[in-house]
Amino acid sequence: MELLLAIVIGILFMSATYLMLSKSILRIIIGTGLLSHGAHLLILTMGGLKAGSVPLLSDEAASYVDPLPQALILTAIVISFGVTSFLLVLAYRAYQELGTDDMEEMRGTKTNE
Amino acid sequence: MSNLSFLPVLWPLFTGIILIFMAKKIKLQRWISVFSSLIGIALSSFLVFSVHSQGILTLGVGSWEAPFGIVIVADMLASLLVLTTNIIGLAILLHSFHSIGAEREANYYYPVFQFLLIGVNGSFLTGDLFNLFVFFEVMLMASYVLLVLGGTKIQLRESLKYIIVNVLSSSFFVIMVAYLYSILGTLNMAQISQRIAEVNQPAILTVIAIGFLIVFGLKGAIFPLFQWLPGSYYAPPIPVMALFGALLTKVGIYSIFRTYTLMFYHDQDFTHAILAWLAILTILIGAIGALAYWDVKKIIIYNIIIAVGVIIFGISVMNEQGLTGSILYIIHDMLIKAALFLLIGIMIKISCSDDLRNMGGLIKPYPALAWTFFIAALSLAGIPPFSGFAGKLLILQGAAQKGDYLGMAVVLLSSLIVLYSVMKIFMYGFWGTPKADYRLHGAAVHKMLIPAVILVAISILFGVGTESMYPFVSQAADTLLNPDIYIKAVLKE
Repeated sequence: MELLLAIVIGILFMSATYLMLSKSILRIIIGTGLLSHGAHLLILTMGGLKAGSVPLLSDEAASYVDPLPQALILTAIVISFGVTSFLLVLAYRAYQELGTDDMEEMRGTKTNE
Repeated sequence: MSNLSFLPVLWPLFTGIILIFMAKKIKLQRWISVFSSLIGIALSSFLVFSVHSQGILTLGVGSWEAPFGIVIVADMLASLLVLTTNIIGLAILLHSFHSIGAEREANYYYPVFQFLLIGVNGSFLTGDLFNLFVFFEVMLMASYVLLVLGGTKIQLRESLKYIIVNVLSSSFFVIMVAYLYSILGTLNMAQISQRIAEVNQPAILTVIAIGFLIVFGLKGAIFPLFQWLPGSYYAPPIPVMALFGALLTKVGIYSIFRTYTLMFYHDQDFTHAILAWLAILTILIGAIGALAYWDVKKIIIYNIIIAVGVIIFGISVMNEQGLTGSILYIIHDMLIKAALFLLIGIMIKISCSDDLRNMGGLIKPYPALAWTFFIAALSLAGIPPFSGFAGKLLILQGAAQKGDYLGMAVVLLSSLIVLYSVMKIFMYGFWGTPKADYRLHGAAVHKMLIPAVILVAISILFGVGTESMYPFVSQAADTLLNPDIYIKAVLKE
C-alpha cells in the first residue's frame, strides 16, 4: 500500500512540475493544486498506513493509527484551498487588466506598467 | 506557563478583527491602529524584560503540555525580534497615513496590516514546526493582499509570480515536515532537537536540513533562490515595500537561525559550510545588483539581499561571536531598512521619479530629509558610532576565530559596496542642481519624515548603546549555542 501511494505521489509531483513549467497561468495554478495534493498524500503515507484502528479510545482496539498526520493534512488542505481560490481570482483579475494569461508576456519590462 | 508569551500574537488579531467592522471610518481605524501598536510595543518590551529576568517563557496552547500540544516559546531571540517588529510596525503605520492613499485605506489596508503582524510575531514565537508553517501562511496571505491592494498592472503581474513562488515553497515545507515526522515522530522543535541528538543526525536528516534550507531560503532570498525578490518588492507602494523589506525576509532568516542552531547542528562541516558558501554568493549577487541600478528602489532592494548574506554568514560561523553578531545585525538591519525605504519613498514623492538621474539638489529645500538619509546610510554601511558596526565586527571576529578568511574579506568588501551604493543615492539625489521644480510643501514632507526619524534615532541609540543591549543579545546567543537551555525550558525535564 505504501509503495502504491509512493508511486501515486510521484506521478502527482511529476504532473505538477510539468504543468508549472508551462506558460499559461491556469495550467500553473492547476499544477500548484496537484503539488499540494501530492504533499498531503505524502504526509498521510509518512504517518504509516492502516497500522491500527481509528484513534478513538475503546476496549477492543489493540493499537491506534497516529491522529497527528490527519490533523496536519486537514490544516494544510484548508490553507491550500484558500490560497488556490485567491490565486484563481487574482489570475482572472490579472487577465482582465493585462489582457494576457501568458507568463512570458508578464515579464518585468517597463512596457507592461 | 505564561500567557504573556502569546499576547503579541493575540493582540494584533483582536485589533484586526475590530478594524474590519469599521471599514468606512478611516480616522477611527488610524487611531485604533496606532493605539494598538503602542500597546503591542509595551507588551513586547515587557516580554523582553520578563524573558531577561525569568528565562524562556513557554505556553502550552489549550493547556496541552509539550510535546503533545502546540507550544509557544518566547526565548530572547524571538522576543527581541517581536519587539523590533512592533516598533517598525508603528513607524510604517504612521508613515502610511500620509502616503498610502485614501483608496487603499478604505479597502481594508489597516486590518490586513495587523494580520501581517500576527503572522510575523507568530512565526517568531512558535515552538512547533507545523505551527511555524501555519503562521508562515497567515503572514503570506496578508502579504498577498497587501501586495495586490490597489490593483495596478505591475502589482497584479508581480503578485502572481510572488504567490506562485510562495505556494511552491509552502508545498516544499509540508513535504519536508512529512519526511521529518516519519523519521522522528514529533513536530515539537525541542523534542526534534533532542531526538536528532540521540541518533546523531544520520545522512537522511542532513538531506532534510538542506530541504528546509531551500524552504526558508526561498522566503529569506538567499543566493540561488532570490530572483523573485527584486521584482515583487518593487511593485507595491512604499509603506508596503518597507514592511516587506524589513520583516518578511527576516522571518525566513529567523527560521534558518532556529533550525540550524537548535536542530541540525551535528554535521556542521557539511550543512554550515554550504550555508557559508551560499552566504558569500548572496552577498556578491546583492552587491552586483546594488551597483548596477540607477533606480533608488532597486538599489535598496538589492541591499536587502546583501544584508541577508551577512546575517546568514554569521549563522554559518556558529560560534559565540558569530551568532551574537548576527542577532545584533538582524535587529539593526530591520530598523534601518525600514527607515531607508521610508526615506527613499519621500524622495520619490518629491521628485516624482525613482530614477537617480532625474533627481538632484534635494538638500537645499529639504535639509532634514538629507541629513536623516545621510545618517541612515552611514548606519547601513556600519560606520563605527552607529548600529551595524558592532554586529559586523562580531561576525568578523567569529569568522577570524573559525579561520574563514575568504568570508571575512567578502563581508568587509561588501560594506564598502553598500557605502558606495547608498552614497550614490546621497550624491546624485541630494547634491547638484535640482532637475525639476520641486513643489512638495515642507510641512507635508516633515509629516512623512517623522517615522523615519524615529527609526533612525532608535537605530542610533541601538548603535551607541550596544553595551547596554549586550546582556539581552548575549542571552539570546547563549540559548542558540546551548540547545539544552531551550529543550529544558520547553519539555520541563
